[in-house]
Amino acid sequence: MSQQSVFKVKAGKLQSLTENPTHYCAGCEHGTLTKLIAATLDDLDVREKTVMIDSVGCSVLAYNYLNCDHIVAAHGRAPAVAAGVKRLRPELNVFTVQGDGDALSIGLLETIYAAKRGTPITVFVVNNGIYGMTGGQMAPTTLPGQITTTSPYGRDPALTGTELDASKLIGQIDGAAYVRRASLVVNEIPNPRGKVYTIKNLLDAKKAVKNAFKVQALGGYAFVELLSTCSVNWKMPILEAKRYVNEQVTKRFPLGVYRDTYGVEKT
Amino acid sequence: MSIQRIYMKGNEALAYGALETGLNAYFAYPITPSSEIPETLAREFGNKKYPQYKFFIQSASELEAISMVIGAASTGSLVMTATSGPGFSLNQEGLSYAACMELPFLIVDICRSGPGLGNIGPEQSDYFQATKGGGHGNYRLFVLAPASVHEMASFPKLGFDLAFKYRNPVLILGDAYTGQLKEDVEFPSWQKPNYDVSSWAVGDASGRGPHILNSMELEYQKHYENMGRIFEKYTMAEEKEVLYEEYLTEDAEVVIVAFGIVSRIARGVVNTLRKKGIRVGLFRPITLWPYPTVALRKLASEGRRFLDVELNAGQMIEDVRLAVGSGVTVDFLGRWGGIVPTEREIEHKVQRLEVVAA
Repeated sequence: MSQQSVFKVKAGKLQSLTENPTHYCAGCEHGTLTKLIAATLDDLDVREKTVMIDSVGCSVLAYNYLNCDHIVAAHGRAPAVAAGVKRLRPELNVFTVQGDGDALSIGLLETIYAAKRGTPITVFVVNNGIYGMTGGQMAPTTLPGQITTTSPYGRDPALTGTELDASKLIGQIDGAAYVRRASLVVNEIPNPRGKVYTIKNLLDAKKAVKNAFKVQALGGYAFVELLSTCSVNWKMPILEAKRYVNEQVTKRFPLGVYRDTYGVEKT
Repeated sequence: MSIQRIYMKGNEALAYGALETGLNAYFAYPITPSSEIPETLAREFGNKKYPQYKFFIQSASELEAISMVIGAASTGSLVMTATSGPGFSLNQEGLSYAACMELPFLIVDICRSGPGLGNIGPEQSDYFQATKGGGHGNYRLFVLAPASVHEMASFPKLGFDLAFKYRNPVLILGDAYTGQLKEDVEFPSWQKPNYDVSSWAVGDASGRGPHILNSMELEYQKHYENMGRIFEKYTMAEEKEVLYEEYLTEDAEVVIVAFGIVSRIARGVVNTLRKKGIRVGLFRPITLWPYPTVALRKLASEGRRFLDVELNAGQMIEDVRLAVGSGVTVDFLGRWGGIVPTEREIEHKVQRLEVVAA
């Protein structure tokens, strides 16, 4: 697959993407996910019957970027709002984009019960190990020792426990039909002549996004966790942040398929 | 119009009233003394008599329930949840969001004794939380106060009509008595409503731009204007939607002000004292918001004295005093903790007010 074919561009632009510039910081992968979702909605031709539930955090302004119906949920409640829509209108394509703080801290009950009941919705969780929108506080996914504004001496597992592995947690819930952890972070390939990157992670992420919508259409609950950087709040240069995810974060949060009841990964 | 007459509890009547109105979905979390509502609606789920009743689920908390209500209401469906005080506190988050998102739905609080866990006896102590906003920010709920099983059955229809007319959540504020009381009730078969939701509901975006249901507006001036538009709705509601009942107030020297179950006791008091030649009447607010301020003010301007009776330590009395203004006698009889005043206690209080005045 050539690099250009990652996004199947119809008539010059994606129907599911608006022309608004995003507010995301330089180096942030939120915009990448937005585009992957838009491309998938176009591919599956479901834009007009799609309702996105925007969550509190950096994803809250997604209604400016994705050209579909939106409901902006309270902090952590997106899966419950999504369930409300989907149960009344099963023919719609309903999904959330949430941060790790939203889905795994304040909204963990909503996250778990949507999965447990096999609610036919699609949940995307961006895991960047930190509360981005509020300025870099500790998240459930913050790694032990990681410095944030509310763990200024490093996360202390003796006091706050270790990081929460969302895909492992949701992957063991019998109601979930598809659970996958992917990464939105490009990988550097060693090259003596300069910096070269592979977009393999993005291709995998796109496949995960597509599978997650397919699983919903089959009547199942889908959960995709997407590793991401937050170089601004990590106080790291962009490339160093990407290297940190590829070299450190993936060790604690291994990429892969954690549940695939319908076998969509094989098709 | 076919009419059924059935003997049942207030909570059950409310559930059937919602079904007869055309309820599409119910989101439940059990709490005494409201649990007959989810139990009835769980039992009737799948009954072919109510083909429009598409979904029932027991949520994991009242927070999840109200969030599901928000999602379901966003589709323009008729949705409802019911709870009691502690659960109503958890619902406040969603109510604040929903009022700003202008979502129509019905919520029921079968008020028990508080604060905290209190007990499961009747109180009217959620009055402040119900009528003054409850959650964060500038907003109001329509608040209907049923006083009988008949009204428990008919207020869902009234509530949904108001909710969809104003695109705002509507609260039915009952208490452990109106919920548990058994009375004869009649169910008229209302015509199923057909509210126009095409300009805002989500789903089916073909041929139109995106519908965005959102309580957030980061630009101050825009948020000021958006909320201003919502306040205009509230002003209109205060002019048009006030409901109250007056009983023998015309020649009354003392007017008892009471809502919900207390108004039933007060009616007995009025009947007893009238036989003794004491000119006493009853003023019963039916909408607690918008409050019948103008009607009460009119009664006060004609020189009457008032006795406010509530199942709390004095909450509605603030609205009564605001309505009647200074220089008007407003006495208070409150009972709380699940205790309900007897007719005799209220009679004594009215007679003392007569003596003081004379």
